[in-house]
Amino acid sequence: MAETTTHENHYVAKDFKSDQEVRWCPGCGDHGILTSLQKTLAELDIPKEKYVFVSGIGCSSRLPYYMNTYGFHGIHGRAAPIATGIKIANPDLMVWMMTGDGDALAIGGNHFIHAIRRNIDIKIILFNNEIYGLTKGQYSPTSKKGLVTKTSPYGTIEEPFKIGELTIGASGRFFARTVDYNLQLSNEVYKEAALFNGTAMVEVIQNCVIFNDGAHDLITNKETRDDNTIVLRHGEPMIFGKNRDKGLILENLKLKVIKIGENGITEKDVLVHDAHEPNPGIHYRLAGMHLPEYPAALGVIRSIKDHTYDEAMRDQHVKVQEASKIKSVDELLRSGATWKK
Amino acid sequence: MEKRLKVIEKDDVVIRFSGDSGDGMQLTGTLFSTTSALFGHDISTFPDYPSEIRAPQGTVGGVSGFQVHIGHKQVNTPGDYADVLVAMNPAAVRANARYLAKGSTIIYDSDSFTEKQILRAGYKSDPFIEDKLDGMHLIAAPITTLVKEALKNSELDPKSILRTKNMFALGMVYWLFDSKLKYTEDFIEDKFGKKPLMAEANSKVLRAGYYYAETIQAIAPSYRVSPANIEKGIYRNINGNQATAWGLLAAAEKAGLKLFIGSYPITPATGILEEMALRKDLGAKSLQAEDEIAGICSAIGASFAGSLAVTSTSGPGFALKSEALNLAVMTELPLVVINVQRGGPSTGLPTKTEQADLWQALYGRNGESPVVVMAAGTPSDCFYYAFKAAKIAVEYMTPVVLLTDSYLANGSEPWRIPSMSDMPSIKVPWAEKTDTAYLPYDRDPVKHSRKWAVPGMEGLEHRVGGLEKTVRGSVSYTPENHEYMVKIRDAKVEAVAADVPDLKVIGSKTGDLLVIGWGSSHGHVVTAVTELQEEGYNVSAVNFNYIRPLPNNTAQVFEGFKKLVVCELNLGQFANYLRIKHQKYTYHQYNKVQGLPFTVREIKDYCIIMLEEK
Repeated sequence: MAETTTHENHYVAKDFKSDQEVRWCPGCGDHGILTSLQKTLAELDIPKEKYVFVSGIGCSSRLPYYMNTYGFHGIHGRAAPIATGIKIANPDLMVWMMTGDGDALAIGGNHFIHAIRRNIDIKIILFNNEIYGLTKGQYSPTSKKGLVTKTSPYGTIEEPFKIGELTIGASGRFFARTVDYNLQLSNEVYKEAALFNGTAMVEVIQNCVIFNDGAHDLITNKETRDDNTIVLRHGEPMIFGKNRDKGLILENLKLKVIKIGENGITEKDVLVHDAHEPNPGIHYRLAGMHLPEYPAALGVIRSIKDHTYDEAMRDQHVKVQEASKIKSVDELLRSGATWKK
Repeated sequence: MEKRLKVIEKDDVVIRFSGDSGDGMQLTGTLFSTTSALFGHDISTFPDYPSEIRAPQGTVGGVSGFQVHIGHKQVNTPGDYADVLVAMNPAAVRANARYLAKGSTIIYDSDSFTEKQILRAGYKSDPFIEDKLDGMHLIAAPITTLVKEALKNSELDPKSILRTKNMFALGMVYWLFDSKLKYTEDFIEDKFGKKPLMAEANSKVLRAGYYYAETIQAIAPSYRVSPANIEKGIYRNINGNQATAWGLLAAAEKAGLKLFIGSYPITPATGILEEMALRKDLGAKSLQAEDEIAGICSAIGASFAGSLAVTSTSGPGFALKSEALNLAVMTELPLVVINVQRGGPSTGLPTKTEQADLWQALYGRNGESPVVVMAAGTPSDCFYYAFKAAKIAVEYMTPVVLLTDSYLANGSEPWRIPSMSDMPSIKVPWAEKTDTAYLPYDRDPVKHSRKWAVPGMEGLEHRVGGLEKTVRGSVSYTPENHEYMVKIRDAKVEAVAADVPDLKVIGSKTGDLLVIGWGSSHGHVVTAVTELQEEGYNVSAVNFNYIRPLPNNTAQVFEGFKKLVVCELNLGQFANYLRIKHQKYTYHQYNKVQGLPFTVREIKDYCIIMLEEK
């Protein structure tokens, strides 16, 4: 994890705005993500030059240009290995990876699962709009089955990836979900991701106003969102609903939505969220909840402490350097079998 | 067979150890090479093994060979033909029959010459008669029986006992060359330190082989090769992959940079990653990436963050890296890409050698994509060219492709160890904070290289990426800006010529024929031409290590000769490149695409034809 410095950095969100004109479509969810991130960084006490924003290709991946920090706009699908190389080269940096559902899960799927498995300390913000935007409207690996797009004119016949399940299945230690324009929740989630030591994976429910408008409508519009989402916070009971009268319980190893006060169920029966539980079972179930049977889970669903890749590498280097007699290239060249002429 | 004690004094001898891929021939050959090198011979080695870990036993396809050329004079190649063949089974005889010198000695395990094994090797009757080898010095040694006898009191299981057969053969060869057993005995003790039974068995069998050869000396000639008279210094044996890795470590130390390697295992390049993974003591950071693309992308990331970044691979992996290599071209970050070439296309011949990725390195990417392309000439050369590749990459802020190949990677030779104080300095073009804003693509007026600002440097925050940029680092699709940037990136790579040493002509600067090689053709081309010169022919040679840009004196050298012939292990890629770059000349070609290096003989034969043609 990037070290916070002792001197105070009094940043405001504006300090993180670059001189580049933001070119996303008006109303695009990406604007909300950018704003929340800039606000989050201003609240962290980390010198600006220690941030690196890395991306692949797609609408999401333009974000580094708009962030007044070090930035690397990579190639399609490869943000994770670029970010990995940066973090290994200089573990003192805080590395953020901006990606989308196509970039991270189609062309970059392999890198995505391996970054998570290694638990390298990078923050992945995955903009999930369930569509290819920059190429103008083809289905993505998270498009709902049956979605009609330019490359699926009769509806997709593919089962989508569920990002939370994929992350936890790849040994993910941190998984959170937020919504593009829920600035308060996003700020909360991004901050937790920033302070988490290890691969922090954040899925952002993001709306593409042009090619997949309203894909997330049931969980984002004011009328239905409170009944269709549950915000999980560590140590708090899993209660949700417009009237805060619904909750989650575990029954026969399955999650179940109940109404508090009905069938003798009280608040005490409702599950309490433990984001730090190493066993992934409950987190997997929470991350996988989907409408109409369940609300979609938001907030930090899983956050467990573990050794990171960069720490393990540092430890191994220290150990080997202490034990080895070779301290310079000259010594290396003269090690082993040599002879004099 | 001769019934007398015979000692042959020779300037050089070629020995080939050959057996099943599980017979331990690579180790046997390596031990013999090091022993010879320690004695003071000049040597050159070449392993030739199948890509299968354990190909069907006893078949020609499963034969694993290790050839070593030892000499009193300078040795540039592993040798065309073997003077001594150690054959652990009939298949080893079949596979090597055509690579034997006249009057060579064949030591073979007669116990393995059963009817079944003879048939498996594709013979119908007596292998030596069928392959017309009955005139050679045949030494039939019942190695299996003798090993069992030597270890009859050992507590080792029968399988482990049979695995010491290679040590028996090695013992015999040591007697043949009057070599000392000490290095091998030390090696055995070191390797089997924790298994005293194995250590004891191997040592015992090694000595048994030595004494057996002494006992039967009356039937075989033995060889004496005096130590080579080479430059004073401290020497070691080194192979191409190790030399490559060490050259990069040396460059990182010299430049004061951290070294990062992101690679994916691939034959025959894996040794570089393995060597680097060992070097945590020198601070080298290695990532075994999830694939070839992640390998190069992690290296690009590390380069952006200020490391000397490297990715190593072979042809198929290099193909996968091409998109990312262009990202390094566009972002103008230092990056060293090592392609240890092997037989292609596709999976091709994974363990065999070829020089057919030259065009891939020069041209195999979208858009106008200039990179520096270099090629090492000998196994130990890989150290200097890896160092130089890193120096150019950093000083010019550019990706550099260094081509080696299977022949260099696995081949070894004695190497006079340099001192780090003698290596050239590497100047890192760090950006510094000034009163004016940092412009990522502002350039050095001569080198055209940009300045390197890395995350963590206060006030130099900037963005790079694969999209075309202006000098300020803003995305731009302006027609004139794009053309300017395309041209300046090209000019930057061409400017590297200022740091490319002139070609050195071996022989006279004018003459009837110039033999042109590149990269690993070095040893065979130089040996063939030197021998031809000794035989009175008016012929010279050059070997290119810098492909893009070419040395400044290229045309000047070509001008001195009536005929030019380009020798390379492909269908003419370098010859065609020269046709583009120096159109004035006629280039004859001598090509070979068999997965094998040249032989000196075939180059000489072709040169003689060229010289005699009017």
